[in-house]
Amino acid sequence: MPVLQIKKGASRRSAYDLRNPNADGEERHTLAIVVDNEAGVLARVIGLFSGRGYNIESLTVAEVDHQGHTSRITIVTTGTPAVIEQIKAQLGRIIPVHDVHDLTVEGPTVERELGLFKVAGTGDKRVEALRLADIFRANVVDSTLESFTFEITGTPEKIDAFADLMRPLGLNEVARTGVAALARSRVEPR
Amino acid sequence: MTRQMTGAKMVVQALKDQGVDVVFGYPGGAVLPIYDEIFQQNDIRHILVRHEQGAVHAAEGYARATGKPGVVLVTSGPGATNAVTGITDALMDSIPIVVITGQVPTFMIGTDAFQEADTVGITRPCTKHNWLVKDTDDLPHKLHQAFHVATTGRPGPVLIDIPKDVQFATGDYVPPRKADTGHYRPRLKASRSEIEALAVMIEQAERPVFYTGGGVINSGPAASQLLRELVDATGFPITSTLMGLGAYPASGRNWIGMLGMHGLYEANMAMHDCDLMIAVGARFDDRITGRIDSFSPGSQKAHIDIDPSSLNKVIQVDLPVLGDVGHVLEDLLKIWKSRGRKVKKDALKKWWEQIGKWRKRNCLAYAPSDKVIKPQYALQRLEALTREHDRYITTEVGQHQMWAAQFMGFEAPNRFMTSGGLGTMGYGFPASIGVQIARPDALVINVAGEASWLMNMQELGTAAQYCLPVKQFILNNERLGMVRQWQQLLHGERYSHSWSESLPDFVKLAEAFGAKGIQCSDPADLDDAIAEMIGHDGPVVFDCLVEKHENCFPMIPSGAPHNEMLMGDAAATDAIGAKGAVLV
Repeated sequence: MPVLQIKKGASRRSAYDLRNPNADGEERHTLAIVVDNEAGVLARVIGLFSGRGYNIESLTVAEVDHQGHTSRITIVTTGTPAVIEQIKAQLGRIIPVHDVHDLTVEGPTVERELGLFKVAGTGDKRVEALRLADIFRANVVDSTLESFTFEITGTPEKIDAFADLMRPLGLNEVARTGVAALARSRVEPR
Repeated sequence: MTRQMTGAKMVVQALKDQGVDVVFGYPGGAVLPIYDEIFQQNDIRHILVRHEQGAVHAAEGYARATGKPGVVLVTSGPGATNAVTGITDALMDSIPIVVITGQVPTFMIGTDAFQEADTVGITRPCTKHNWLVKDTDDLPHKLHQAFHVATTGRPGPVLIDIPKDVQFATGDYVPPRKADTGHYRPRLKASRSEIEALAVMIEQAERPVFYTGGGVINSGPAASQLLRELVDATGFPITSTLMGLGAYPASGRNWIGMLGMHGLYEANMAMHDCDLMIAVGARFDDRITGRIDSFSPGSQKAHIDIDPSSLNKVIQVDLPVLGDVGHVLEDLLKIWKSRGRKVKKDALKKWWEQIGKWRKRNCLAYAPSDKVIKPQYALQRLEALTREHDRYITTEVGQHQMWAAQFMGFEAPNRFMTSGGLGTMGYGFPASIGVQIARPDALVINVAGEASWLMNMQELGTAAQYCLPVKQFILNNERLGMVRQWQQLLHGERYSHSWSESLPDFVKLAEAFGAKGIQCSDPADLDDAIAEMIGHDGPVVFDCLVEKHENCFPMIPSGAPHNEMLMGDAAATDAIGAKGAVLV
């Protein structure tokens, strides 16, 4: 049973304008956020996304400067251009945030993700998995008589494609890191 | 040179070093070491509230009257959770508040200890920033950083959670100038090119309007002065949000009244029909804009704001100007003057004629009565009888709040304290206490509704204890007036739970707390009763029995544009005709 049947224009019967202005025109952006590595900083960033209803498609985080105690958070998000601008401005308001970079608009970037795939199989399927892994330049990082574990690095699309190929060949488990990204050939002032 | 002291002593020392003279709080197990330090000194006055929510609202009132940060001290667990509404209120209205909460000892965190709550987790989305301090040596830095963050840039509430063992342990105290306050340094001055572009817009405008907000007041008294100078020099009309009232005087030549959902007809029409809108420290809240896609369709818009996330958030503007209102207005005035103080005088004259026509609608008109006190009449009389006083007004939330904004005139900033963003019923009474603490000799009046007022009426104990002569002017319609109004206009007159059953006898209630109670129900007695209230040196609860079914007009129904306002009785009849429509 539909809980709310909100007709377009029905907002005059409400205390709020109920029409969603963000219904169309969504874009995907990769944001790189440099933050102080302090307790709760990831919760602040994630809480911003959940609290304000923004999307997270992928998120990676690790300390990148041990002496300066700064971490780099890479978030892939989707939204209308106005929402993307708002996400960046809201991220900039978080006190431990140093910088917010929208890699998607700041020029060419390199984006990489790492995936680990455990593929179980015997006979032809096992050989085929190994052959395809070779084509995708995936490394075998563990092996048993029944399975291989492949390590693959590349764009999310490449990893998706590899997963699709492995599925009929006995794909057993997948772990993916999410995207890490850098602007191409632009040297950041230090 | 560093000084060794306990964490608890550091708290008190840091407050002194930050120039704090008052703390609003309520003790409990996890803050006892700090309360012990408070007991042993006389520089900082502690005001014991009756509920932690009241502490935060009182601190907000204090902050809004003085421009200084308000300080709150409460215990862990329920002390912290009770403060959450007040903290959220301060966040929405950009009020600088420093909340210090006790926490269970570090080694007990995560064990579901007695009065343990994840305070930094709970308050993360409702503070500008918060800290859990696990090491006494970090404490002075975090305390000073807290004041820095709360008062710098767009102000807001911050919270420091201090476990009890950190309060007991000893560490090195660091004074403010030596503290590490982090990298937070928001930009205050806008670029010259942005300001020059704004000056050009001012020179070319034919139907301009200044739309100002709480950011002007937050920027400090100098910003209000600069605003007055700019408005008077350009001759442009000026309207303001609820939060910005007083920055430009209500008696000022160019004042066209408050705008928004219950704003004045002329102000909203000017917003709709203008060709240049200059938003100054205002954030295009939905109570202001009405329907977004019909919002001021023909205008160029410039927006001065210190918060980058406010720019282009709701309304796409032609010229965003990132900076502090005071700094930007100073530069703008300088540049506009140096360019020859140009405005389009003939066009402005026509624009003012048009505004004059809108004014003739007399949108605040209501049907007077000599039998029952009309709430508007009560506020007109309150305004007339208190205008000459050194006066501060707080409000609760609802119809009375809007009427107060419509019928009281504010001549100076920092004189009107109301919960604008969060709309917190129960705000006004504790806020009036905070204002009275900051301004002991002023006349502090909380314009209230009976339902809102009951939400924090326990603070009558605080007012009585500290002999605070706050006046609680309750417009008692025995209804949740604004809810009732929406139900009448939009929900087919089905008055679901919107009346105040089992109300107390407010006079006896006041007397039970040692305060004075006054009741008035006859318009003929009103002036004398108000005079009696003003004349009484102590807290007064004024039970003003008013018309029960009065609606607050003008009104822009949500989702409607500015030029489709409901006006008084005739328009209301039309809206009631929509009875039976599909409700959502």
